[in-house]
Amino acid sequence: MARYALRIGALGYLAALLGAPVVLVGWRAFEDGIDAFLTAITTPEALHALWLTLIIAAIAVPANTVFGVLCALSIARRRFRGHGLVNTLVDLPLALSPVVVGLALFLVYGRNGWFGEALIDNGVRVIFALPGMVLATIFISLPFVVREVVPVLREIGDEQEQAASTLGASSWQTFWRITLPAIRWGVAYGVVLTTARAIGEFGAVSVVSGRIAGRTETMTLHVEERFQSFDLVGAYAASLVLALIAVATLVAINLLRPKEEER
Amino acid sequence: MSSVAVTTTAARRRRGGNGLALGISLGYLSVIVLLPLAAVLLRSLEGGVAAFWDAVTSPQAVSSLRLTFVASVLVVLINAVAGTAIAWVLVRDRFRGKSVVNAVIDLPFALPTIVAGLTLLALYGPRGPIGVNVAYTQLAVVLALLFVTLPFVVRTVQPVLLELDPDMEEAAISLGASRAAVFRRVVFPNLLPAILSGCALSFARAIGEFGAVVLISGNIPFKTEVASVYVFGQIESDDVGAAAAVSVVLLVTSFVVLALIGALRRWATRHDG
Repeated sequence: MARYALRIGALGYLAALLGAPVVLVGWRAFEDGIDAFLTAITTPEALHALWLTLIIAAIAVPANTVFGVLCALSIARRRFRGHGLVNTLVDLPLALSPVVVGLALFLVYGRNGWFGEALIDNGVRVIFALPGMVLATIFISLPFVVREVVPVLREIGDEQEQAASTLGASSWQTFWRITLPAIRWGVAYGVVLTTARAIGEFGAVSVVSGRIAGRTETMTLHVEERFQSFDLVGAYAASLVLALIAVATLVAINLLRPKEEER
Repeated sequence: MSSVAVTTTAARRRRGGNGLALGISLGYLSVIVLLPLAAVLLRSLEGGVAAFWDAVTSPQAVSSLRLTFVASVLVVLINAVAGTAIAWVLVRDRFRGKSVVNAVIDLPFALPTIVAGLTLLALYGPRGPIGVNVAYTQLAVVLALLFVTLPFVVRTVQPVLLELDPDMEEAAISLGASRAAVFRRVVFPNLLPAILSGCALSFARAIGEFGAVVLISGNIPFKTEVASVYVFGQIESDDVGAAAAVSVVLLVTSFVVLALIGALRRWATRHDG
């Protein structure tokens, strides 16, 4: 009896908090018919927003993947001073308000920021332009690859790497032939999480983008802008596209998780 | 060349390669994370400590910080109970569709926060189909924070519960302990570090949440405006000093919570050993 009560309670909570609202967005997106939905997601602003979101992810994800692997190698394989600080800095984007991240970039690269004047004199716009949005996204999605790869590196140990270098392999060869194949599912898992976070980022990008429709508007900013302009179908349609990306992420996570665990 | 010589050059080379990795990592972290955060800290202190204090204690800032912290504590307490219960059902119970439910738990991690806010508004807002309207109230803030923090406690407790041997509980029951006593004296102490870890992660996330809250809370100053929204508003109205000061409060809180999580992890591993 207690078991059923607990099951119903837990599932009911999940349904009310997660299930019902998400299903409703799908419903609302098609409220005015499938044509209205298609029109809403193919407006020039919506298409540009999707394109911009993909460009930003295409820069931020590879950057954070390379960094993530290098940083994980340093954390797992090396003792150095400030180990704890590096760990905390890597985790910080998970715990920090995205608005603070936006403000921070604004203070460094903005009009009155540290490098603002020098950059503008040289014709480089960072804030209210693509570079600022990329920097914000990189900051926000930085921890995931590191966090997924460090435990894998610790678990596999370094005997094989040592054996390879004893047999004369260069560190480059050791990395490509021994380390990378061993951590590949961990890296893949981290990349999926990084991509989801990069596509979904809102607060930090909102501060540094200036939110110019058709120019510096990503998908998430487009959702808000449509909502504020009382175009609910437009807002729900763009949300549904993002929700489908989120579902694809969940599928990828669940395909990768067993692979990562079976090692 | 003798094999010893090969080993040492190879080892040296390897160390050299790692040194490069460390250098690149530190450089990247400094430019992407450290430099911008230093700018926030310095900007908040630009007018001196008194100006910082005035900015942090302005009535609107205090009101937004109070709401943020109270709502976050409330959310953490609800998560501690609901998250543990969900983890329990996912590990110990058996029912159809469990793997789907298990996969859906991560949805708040994958779903963009602005979409999360919009979905909640669709169901619990003014045009909601069930006639419940919490939009633009403090309850809406709590609801949005519950949504985005849902996975943390579930995902920290679940693996510990999987490892926990039911034999221990059966032994306690066969010795005459009641179910409640078994949970309190056997299960709960084992789960406690994980629950606390999940709570700390939830708290850190809740304190800084912006996207999920911004649509459904209405951002009414002194009523439903959380700290992140306050900072955003100050940036928009060009009061960067006030924005930086409240940001530093959030930043320091994040640091403290992360340090706490680190300490909890060390405590949990000590319990394992």
